[in-house]
Amino acid sequence: MAVDLNILIGGEAGQGVVSVGAVLGRAMVRGGYEVFADQDFESRIRGGHSFARVRVCDRPVDASRETADLVLALNAETVSLHLGEITPGGALIHSAGRNGAVSEGAPNRLDIPVHDIAIDAGGSPKMANTVATAAALGLLEYDFDILAGVLEHQYGRHGSAVVEANVKAARAGYDYARKHCPAGFKMRLKAGRPSGKLLLTGNEAVALGALAAGVGFVAGYPMTPSTPILEYLAGKGRDFSLPVIQAEDEIAAINMAVGAGYAGARAMTATSGGGFSLMTEGLALAGMTETPVVIVLGQRAGPATGLPTRTEQGELLYAIHAGHGEFPRAVLAPGNAQEGFRATVKAFNLAEKFQTPVIVATDHQMADSYYTVAPFDLEAVTLERGEWLCDQDADSQGADYKRYAFTDSGISPRALPGIHRALVSADSDEHSEAGHIIEDAATRRRMVEKRLRKQVGLAGEIAPPLSARVEGADYTLISWGSGNGPAMEASGMLTGRGHRINTLRFTELWPFPAERVRQELEKSGKSIVIESNATGQLARLIRAETGIQADIRVNRYDGRPLSAEYIVAQLEQEAGL
Amino acid sequence: MKDKAKVTLDDFTPASENAWCPGCGNFGILKAVNQALVALELEPHRVLMVSGIGQAAKLPHYTRCNIFNGLHGRPLPAAIGAKTVNNALTVIAESGDGDAYGEGGNHFIHTMNRNPDITCLVHNNQVYGLTKGQASPTTDLGFTTKLNPEGAWTALHPLALAVAADCSFIARGFAGDPDYLAGLIAEAVRHPGFALVEVLQPCVSFNKKNTFQWYQERVYKVEEEEGYDPGDRAMAFALALEWGTRIPIGVIYRRERETFDEYLGTAGREPLVTAAPDPRRVKELFAEFA
Ligand SMILES: Cc1ncc(C[n+]2csc(CCOP(=O)(O)OP(=O)(O)O)c2C)c(N)n1
Ligand code: SF4
Repeated sequence: MAVDLNILIGGEAGQGVVSVGAVLGRAMVRGGYEVFADQDFESRIRGGHSFARVRVCDRPVDASRETADLVLALNAETVSLHLGEITPGGALIHSAGRNGAVSEGAPNRLDIPVHDIAIDAGGSPKMANTVATAAALGLLEYDFDILAGVLEHQYGRHGSAVVEANVKAARAGYDYARKHCPAGFKMRLKAGRPSGKLLLTGNEAVALGALAAGVGFVAGYPMTPSTPILEYLAGKGRDFSLPVIQAEDEIAAINMAVGAGYAGARAMTATSGGGFSLMTEGLALAGMTETPVVIVLGQRAGPATGLPTRTEQGELLYAIHAGHGEFPRAVLAPGNAQEGFRATVKAFNLAEKFQTPVIVATDHQMADSYYTVAPFDLEAVTLERGEWLCDQDADSQGADYKRYAFTDSGISPRALPGIHRALVSADSDEHSEAGHIIEDAATRRRMVEKRLRKQVGLAGEIAPPLSARVEGADYTLISWGSGNGPAMEASGMLTGRGHRINTLRFTELWPFPAERVRQELEKSGKSIVIESNATGQLARLIRAETGIQADIRVNRYDGRPLSAEYIVAQLEQEAGL
Repeated sequence: MKDKAKVTLDDFTPASENAWCPGCGNFGILKAVNQALVALELEPHRVLMVSGIGQAAKLPHYTRCNIFNGLHGRPLPAAIGAKTVNNALTVIAESGDGDAYGEGGNHFIHTMNRNPDITCLVHNNQVYGLTKGQASPTTDLGFTTKLNPEGAWTALHPLALAVAADCSFIARGFAGDPDYLAGLIAEAVRHPGFALVEVLQPCVSFNKKNTFQWYQERVYKVEEEEGYDPGDRAMAFALALEWGTRIPIGVIYRRERETFDEYLGTAGREPLVTAAPDPRRVKELFAEFA
């Protein structure tokens, strides 16, 4: 029997649902399973309602599921909100303590006094979460030693006493759950051989990608959902000789990054839509000065401050068009952690090869969800630093060096200011080949053309969408970024219902691979474009670039992530599939 | 790379044609900058001038060195980025009063606070020159312009702001006295940490009030005053607020503070840009996620 188990942990902000999710997820990965875990939380530090979902499969999984087999309720509200999501044969672990909740209707129910168990085991009320986590694994009769190892991983830095106390509390919770397992709950999960895979968030994958790519400078200003990238890199700053600067605002952040890029470092910044808006003038500066810079745009529900902790793919067209004037850029849209790592490495390479800004567009769902990945292949990481003057020229050219020399590719060899004798003159004004201000029409025209020629080379580097085809398909599901996992899964569900389905998944969006997309869409059935936005931005882009109009659109814009269930339900209701 | 035996003014012959109005105070500043670079024996390729946008911000084009001519108001962040990854560069930010105190006000405050080893020259002509004479944050109260027909309503004292922000070197010069200004600039460049040099710069086209003569009648050198102590913050504050019949020039305030590169751990190290990154080092981080 295929394993597909979904555990939902709900509670107030501050109750630690995210860390419970991370512990459960890690325990599953260590037992050889594939995990996808996401979070739903409000923009507040205490109170409210938040939950995490840990989906455990015996095959790769990149999407959440809207029903739960086990609901772990740390407060009463979780019971009332999520009771209806419990699958037949599933169970509710109710650990809200004294604040009772109406939980009639749960197929199976375990009431567990987590606080008392934690204290009886010699721990503190703070370990109630550990008790609850262990109870979930107890019901499943999952290998306890794995949990103990994960607790050590989680609490090791607090010392062995804390680890031991947590393990004891966990043991008590685990045993309690086994002893009081509701008779109707039959789900069991056996740990298998460890696969050696990692569990990490999209943001962490992006940060690791940046380090692997040799990022040499980071400046940013905190904004959900990209802050964890800055925080992770700041934590590695000393070890990796990486300056990470908390700038006074996003305007400063991008200008710092551009300054560092000009000086020869691989520079990046990470932000969200609001911060990106502030950065757009600096984005154009990078375009004009031909300075490599990587910008991570973690989308969240907008406009303005929007839903700060919720997801949306509302900035595709903005990322492509942001910044005044015309200049080349690339926009990558990784949909999971594996792609996040690869896209970030590629972003640095493209930025330096084409001396232009590159945007890595993630979204809250991709950024904050946990994915299971094989350790990234670091041997496969190549650093392509682009064209540079040879040392000899860089020293002999001095003031004659032409930073913006006209070339067929549009790419002019760079030189390191201050290291070599060549004087590097970069200008945001329109400029001569030597980098000095000009106004004459002929030079202006040639400079515009030189910059735009780079777009041709860039287009050749953009991967076409991933395509999975079946003979005589009726429909092609088209998706991008974090929508790819749910779209693939929806394809499976629809196939199970007798439809013939192709999929087309974008992870790189600009320059748009128009020719390939046209070819793909010409030989498929009806096209269905799936996106986390209201206006259908990918559908619009496809139409603008290929002339092909989407037949059906599935859009989600309530701040919640796409899921296969949502997609299929929409297609049934709206398109009569 | 071995340095040349001797740096001369010839090394700083302009790289491009000058577009300033004849008689502009900027010429005196340019002369002083070049003199200072020669006095500091800095070869052009050792120097990076980062500028924003405005007449002042064109100065780097009229000398000879590495240039990053960025956005209006943003020279300081770009300068920090470049200096951080290559501490071998002598970084000078060239800015106008609109650039530094208006559009770039936030960066001005926070850069002083950080104290990177950067020199910032603010050409203060008390107007926006390049956009044709609108008021700037330092325009004298009541000065009328097309955009400020009721008279300017700003009376920012940037040097007082700098004292408050604990800027570690604060000086003021006058474009009408380039030799004295050159000395101030050289001192500012030698100062470890952020050094602000504001220069009183007559704009002959748009500021008919604060002319060469107007400044000439008012400026006095602080070091010639009795009891002057550039390490005295309270005195510096008083000097920074002095603006009327007498206007102080010279080093207003100076103190040693931890610099931003010391804080970042990059001080005294090889320039970061010369390091060769190794992707395989990331492997040591995988255990965190296992
Ligand atoms: C974002 C932005 N806003 C406005 C401008 C237009 N602008 C160019 S220079 C300038 C003011 C320059 O004044 P100042 O910095 O005092 O320099 P000056 O020309 O007087 O030397 C302005 C407003 C611009 N280039 N960019
Ligand atoms: S407008 Fe004023 S500041 Fe600009 S060059 Fe002319 S005189 Fe100088």
